[in-house]
This record gives sequence, C-alpha cells and structure tokens, in this order.
Amino acid sequence: MTRFMFPEIGQFSLILALFFAVALATLPMVGYFRQSRLLLNTARPLTHIMVCLVVIAFLLLAWAFITDDFSVLYVSQNSNVDLPLRYKFSAVWGGHEGSLLLWVLILALWCLAVALRLDSLPQTIGPLVLSVLGWVASGFLAFLLFTSSPFVRILPDVPTSGGDLNPLLQDIGLILHPPILYMGYVGFSVAFAFAVVALITGNLNAYWARWARPWTAAAWASLTLGITLGSWWAYYELGWGGWWFWDPVENASFMPWLAGTALLHSLVVTEKRGVFKSWTVLLAIFTFSLSLLGTFLVRSGVLTSVHAFAADPTRGVFILALLVVLVGGSLLLYALRAGQVRSSVNFGFSGREAWLLLNNILLSVLTLTVLLGTLYPLLFDALGMGRISVGAPYFNAVFGPIALCLMVFMAIGPFSKWHHTKLASWWIPILGAALLSMGLAATIVFWQTFDWLTWCSLSVAFWVMSMTLLDWFNKQFMAGKQRLNQWRTLPSRYYAMVIAHFGMAISLVGVIMVSVNSHETMLKMSPGGQAEVGGYVFVFDSMELIKGPNYLSDRGHFQVYQQGHLVADLHPEKRFFTTRQQVMTEAALGAGFTRDLYLSLGEKLEDGAWGVRIHIKSFVRWIWLGGLLMVLGGMLAAFDKRYRQKRKKA
Amino acid sequence: MMKQLLIGLVLLGLVNTTFAEERMTFRSELNQVRYQSLIKELRCPKCQNQNLADSNSGISVDLRQQVHNMIESGKTDQEIVDYMVARYGTFVLYRPQNTPATFLLWYGPFILLLGGVVLFVAVLMKNRGRGSK
Amino acid sequence: MKRIVLFLPFLVFLVLGVVFYFLLGKDTQYMPSALIGQPVPQFQLVTLKGEQIKQTDDLPKGSYLINFWGTWCPSCHVEHPYLMTLAEQGVTIIGIDYKDQQAAARQWLRDKGNPYTLVLMDELGQFGLDMGVTGAPETFVVNAEGKIAYRLQGVLNAQSWQVIKAYL
Repeated sequence: MTRFMFPEIGQFSLILALFFAVALATLPMVGYFRQSRLLLNTARPLTHIMVCLVVIAFLLLAWAFITDDFSVLYVSQNSNVDLPLRYKFSAVWGGHEGSLLLWVLILALWCLAVALRLDSLPQTIGPLVLSVLGWVASGFLAFLLFTSSPFVRILPDVPTSGGDLNPLLQDIGLILHPPILYMGYVGFSVAFAFAVVALITGNLNAYWARWARPWTAAAWASLTLGITLGSWWAYYELGWGGWWFWDPVENASFMPWLAGTALLHSLVVTEKRGVFKSWTVLLAIFTFSLSLLGTFLVRSGVLTSVHAFAADPTRGVFILALLVVLVGGSLLLYALRAGQVRSSVNFGFSGREAWLLLNNILLSVLTLTVLLGTLYPLLFDALGMGRISVGAPYFNAVFGPIALCLMVFMAIGPFSKWHHTKLASWWIPILGAALLSMGLAATIVFWQTFDWLTWCSLSVAFWVMSMTLLDWFNKQFMAGKQRLNQWRTLPSRYYAMVIAHFGMAISLVGVIMVSVNSHETMLKMSPGGQAEVGGYVFVFDSMELIKGPNYLSDRGHFQVYQQGHLVADLHPEKRFFTTRQQVMTEAALGAGFTRDLYLSLGEKLEDGAWGVRIHIKSFVRWIWLGGLLMVLGGMLAAFDKRYRQKRKKA
Repeated sequence: MMKQLLIGLVLLGLVNTTFAEERMTFRSELNQVRYQSLIKELRCPKCQNQNLADSNSGISVDLRQQVHNMIESGKTDQEIVDYMVARYGTFVLYRPQNTPATFLLWYGPFILLLGGVVLFVAVLMKNRGRGSK
Repeated sequence: MKRIVLFLPFLVFLVLGVVFYFLLGKDTQYMPSALIGQPVPQFQLVTLKGEQIKQTDDLPKGSYLINFWGTWCPSCHVEHPYLMTLAEQGVTIIGIDYKDQQAAARQWLRDKGNPYTLVLMDELGQFGLDMGVTGAPETFVVNAEGKIAYRLQGVLNAQSWQVIKAYL
C-alpha cells in the first residue's frame, strides 16, 4: 500500500521547501552585498524548486482528502465518506492547517509568477525581490511545519469515517472564496518585496513604482473579487440576508483592500511624477502588514467571530513573532533608509498630484478607522475595562461620511491634469453634472419618503457616474484637435480607471438602495397560506422531507406572484447535517436586476407551521456587479501593454 | 393549470385561505420601525457575532420579545437600551456608548481626518513655494 | 525632526505588538456578568414544591449559589450529578427552574435527586432576564454580603468549581 506513504512524502516536501525558502532568502542577498552574479542567479532555480515542492505537498494533501485517508488527523477532522467529491477537494482548505497550506501555495505561485517575469527587471532587482519573498515564504513554511502541519497521522487506530466538513463551508461560494481572497492578501507581498528591495538598494527612484504597479493591480483585483464573493456568500448562505456585517474577520480583509486602493493610486503619482516616494514605500509595507495582521487576528484566537479558526496559543505566539520580524523589520528599515529620499517636483492646488494626495489621505483615514473599530474592543478588554462591541451602527456613522467625502473627490480627480489644471476649463461641466445628479437623485428619493442622507449619497453616486462618463467622452472625442467622429485608442489603463470608478458608483447605488428600500418581515406561515410583502404575494405550497448525501432536509415550496403573474418558485431548506449534528438554513433567492426576493425558514412551529423570514432586497445585486466591474478594472490595469515590455538589452 | 386557476381565485379573494400572520403586531408603524432598528443595534449576548434581528437562538427570541413588550408598553429607546445594559453589559450594544473611554473610538477618525487636511494643505503650500520659479 | 517622524510607524507597531502579546491566550468567550457587585434583583417567584410565594428577603443569609436549569437543557443532565456532590458537601444551592414545566421539573428531581435547598419556578424567564441569563445552565455566586460575585456560563464541574470556590 504505497498510498500510505503519501502524507509522509507531503511532510517531507514541506521540510525541503522550507530549506529552499531559507536558501532563497539568504543566497541572493549575500550575492547582492558581495556583488556575486553567481549567487544572485541562484534566485530563479531556488524559486522553481521551492514552488514545485509546495505544489507537491498541496496535491498530496488533496489526494488524502479525495481518497478518504482518515489516518491523517486533519482529513479525519474535516472530511467524511459521504461528502460530495467537490467538497472533499475544497475541504483541503476547510480548516486552519490546510488553509495555511493554501496560503503558502498561493505565495509560492506569486513567487513563480515573479520568477517567470524576471527578464523585465534589472539584473539585481529581480533576484532580490524573490529573496524578500523568500523571507515571507520561510516564515510561513516554518509556521506551517512547527505549529500546524496538516500531515499529522493518527495511527494505529484509523477512524473509518471523518468528522465531516463544517456545513457552512459546503458550498460553491466557499470553494472559490478562500483561494481568491488569499490571492489578493498574499499578492500584496510582491509590492511589499519591491518596496523593501528599494529600501535595501537605496534605489528609491520612480522605477520601482513602475515595476510594482501591475503586481499591485493584480493583487488588488483578486482581493476585490475575493471580498465580493465573500459578501455574496454571506448573503445567501448565512440565512439572514445581510451582505456585510462589519465582522472583525471581514474587516481584516477590508483593511488591506483600502490600503491597497491607496497604494494603487500613490504608485501612479510616484511613477509619473516622482513625488511621494517615501510615502508610497511606507504604504506598500503598510498594505502587506495589514494582510499579515488579518492573518494574525483570524488565526490567533484573539477575536470572537463567526469566521475565526479554532485557536491555539502557541500558534498565536508564533504568528506574532512572524509579524514582528517581517513588519517590524521592514518598518525599521524604512525608518533608517527613507530619510535619503528627496523629491523635487512641484505642483499646485489643482494639479492631479493634489487630488491623488487627497485620495491617499482619505483612504488612509478610512483604513485607520476600520483598524480602530476592529481593535478597540480588544484593547478595551486588554486594559480590563470590560467588554464592548463595535458594530455596524458605529461604522455606518463614522466610516460612511468619510467614504462619501472620498467619492465626491473621486469624481473630480480624473478631470485634473498633472501639475496644474485650469479651473475655468472644468467648472461648467462639473456644475452641470452635479445639478443633473442631484436632480436625478431627488426624483428617485421623492418617489419614496424623503431622506436627505439618502439624497446626498445617491447624488454622489450619480455624480461619480456622470463625471466618469463625461471625462471619457471628453478624452475620447474632444481632447486635442480631434473631430467628433474620430475614434482614438485610449490606453487600457485609462479604461481600467473608468470601469473601476464606475463600478464603485454602481456598488454605492446598491448599498444605498438596499438599505433604504428593502422590506423584511418574519411571519408564521402554514402550507396553503399566503402573505403579501412589498407588493409580492408569497404562497406557501407545501413542505417535503428530502435526503441529501450527508444531510436530511425540510424543503419548502413557495410561489411568488406579482399582480397575478408567477415571478419565482422558491425552495428554501432547513438542512440537518447528520455527522456534525448541525442545522443549516439554506435561503431561497429569486434574483433580479432591480430586486431580490429572499426567503429563509426559521423555526418549525406547531401544526406544521413555520417561521418564515421574507426580504425584498432592492438593487442588492448592484453591490456585487459593481465589485465585478472593479475587478475588471483591476485586471485591465494589471495587463496593460506598457508593463509587458522586456528589459532592453544593454 | 388547475393550480394556477385556483391561485387566481385565491388572489381574487374568492376562496377562503389561511393567511400568514405577523409574528408580532404593533400599535403603530412608528413602533414597528423602532423595533426593527433596535433589534439591529443590539447584539445577541450568546452568539458569536450576530444582532438580535439575525439570530435565531433562544435568548435572541426572548430578548426580541422583551424589546417588543417594552416598546408597546411605552418605554423610550433609551430606557430599553439602559434595561439591556443593566442586565447584559455594554457588550450588547453594537453602537458603543459615548463615554470618556470611547472618546478615541468616536472622535479618533475625525481627528485623523483633521490631521489629514492639515497635512494636505501643508504639503501643498510647501510644494507651491518650491514651484514658483 | 524628520528622522523621528520616520521612526513613528515602527514605534506604533511595537506598541501594538506588545498589546497583541497580552491578548494572546485570553478566553474570548468569557463574559463577566453585568451584575457583579450588585445584590440579587427583586423577584416574586413561586416555589416548585408547596407553591408558596418567595421574595428576595427569603434568600439565605450566608453565601450560596443560584443555579439556572431546565429539564429541556441537555447540559443540565451532565451538570446534575456534580450539583448533588456539592450539596452533599454542604454547599447551599438555590435552583431556578428556568422556562420549564412544573410537572417535568418535579419528575426530574424525583428521578435524579434534589441538590437544591430551594427551587423557584421562573416559567416565563423574567427573573432569568433580570439576572442577565443567556441560557441554561448558568450559575451565580452570591457572597455573604448578598452581592453577586461571579457568574459561570455552562456546566459546573470539578474544574470550574476550583474557580468558583474562591468567590464563595
């Protein structure tokens, strides 16, 4: 039975991977300081071998899951004979150990991507970037091996079936969400590595910003997609119809996103104009630090959250040490080196530099606000002042207005020019767009009950849309000495900006509409009964008992009518997972472009009646539609032609 | 076909049918709105991280009922919040109370914002001065 | 001056790191009661046996435990034998039959023995609400001054008794 050797091979390849990662972290560095071409050149082969070893380990763990090898402790805790095959595969990252291995795998894949594009970088920079990534990889491989190996065996008493995967995770959204989210989290390590290399070499010119830009855009796009997917998953799977909860674990992914957004913008200024150099370096470090902080918060057990992993104090200490070495080390390096930077470019109050500076300030304030709200209860508790909660009402009151401020400037920024913008040339279109947006928002708001906050925020959303389109129209047809019918090719990075900004505005419309124009009620319904909610008639047809692969389910049949026409058949379920003895609510959705019908079963009442929760969610899909547009924008920016040129042969 | 016909009749009100009942009834629409917003701001004391509105746990059902009773018997929102805090602590408030201990939490972001604006103006003044050739 | 500013991120991070270190290993589930240091709230409850009305004044004078339980609660089955042991050691325990049926509760005590010096019925859970109870079992320690000193959520067993004992 050779298959029974596989977990040991997996463990062994992780150990080897750690050795290669440590070699990668040291040899090219030594090569740089000793000016040895030979040592610098080891970076690429070392990376390749390390990546191969991590991939092997990951595949062996996946194999253990697929073949039901319950002699592996981690498999027996997170899988089950009856689990459908696709969930057996996704169960690989269903617990702490495996998801950490996924983290390391994705880091390895980013390393590989950098190694493959090594020719586009100067001869000393590329290997050093890989080497810094090697530090991160060494740290996490050590964390994996010393505190959380997924290959630990339980011998000789091998269980015949496992404890099953957490039912919450048995879902397509959770197959995709973690890998994509980690792509984003870990992807910021590349920008971090570029920043650290810039500090080490003292080469803080604008070039590093240019190299780091596509990598940052790619990571940002992944993180955006990951957060969007996570929000969509929470919406339909958690069963209470919310799309964002300001849960500490959500915040942990949101903070790097905010900082990453600031970084994307400040890299532009640094590349184009050579200003804010040391700030951009700090921001790159800050963004990745927030990714690491998120990992710490989620995995060390300091948080109470729906999503946090089971904690173990030794893991907490290890990951904190890792945080101190990586973040503390790079911040110390920054403190020692960033003083040498001098920028000599000037710009005025109306120049694009000023707008982007404002963008960075506001995004930083927003990031710190989320950080404050997330850590405050922890600090409060640590100081023995009792326990408090910081939730949605706080963030809506504090984060909301500042974010709206940012969006106001987001509409104007693209109009501006580098150095200085002639005010006279743009205040007429701005005023026009503003009046138009406020009018449109007013019509929509008056249609319902008037609320000035709703009106303001809708106006801002429309303003961003109209200004973005106006700017595009202007650049497409009016700029230069073009005639109206001439089509010029704008660079894809410009479209990236247009699409991402437009997506942000679409999301904002979704956020506003769903919060002001939704209906929700909790009803008691019996089969044969009906209810009217927000103009829709919900008819409860029947209940049936069905048997799934690893669960039993009460499934309801509902029809929804609008003005006598059938608009949706809804089948909400209440699933009982037999192995874990856990009940899960599967909400039923009638999705639509302007509204979602959302129905979930509550508790079973006497005489076959059920508690039923019905929501009409207005424009909720726009939130994720906007997210997807932002992803598209990020991808366009990442794959802009300008960054794909190879290094010129000297 | 028969079913659709039947449903058509139901909708026209020609057939008697059991209608769903609201799990809770309120004396006024205002009370219902107050109830909805209160149960969204109160945290379930036993759950991981859920408000009373979202949670199906036993204690949440009881506390929702209590909020409902108190609203219907004419208590103000503040009285209801104080009642909950006296029994379950400040932990149940998703909107932290404004006390000296939470000063930084509530005003910190705006102090940062102010600092940001000052920084913005300072950087621009410095750059403009340098720019005048 | 500029050099100090550059060190600022590093210093802030160090402070955070120290705070995180002290947070590690803390029990995030532990929830102190809001009533610590306060007397037991006013109540008027009916006894399980004899159906007399009891008030706050009828509570014991020395230190004692208040234990919330119910026949519907699985963990209370687990807890019950240990309560019997404590009762044998002479610990005064007031039982609050929380959101339960009178008949079922009586049957339970007949079958398993009665560790309580006094059992009060809280059928609607109103007293539970006043005590800030979130479920059953829950145990409060009331000290000799009649003030609530400690609250335990979950099963009382030999392990948690070591902590509780100190508050009596």
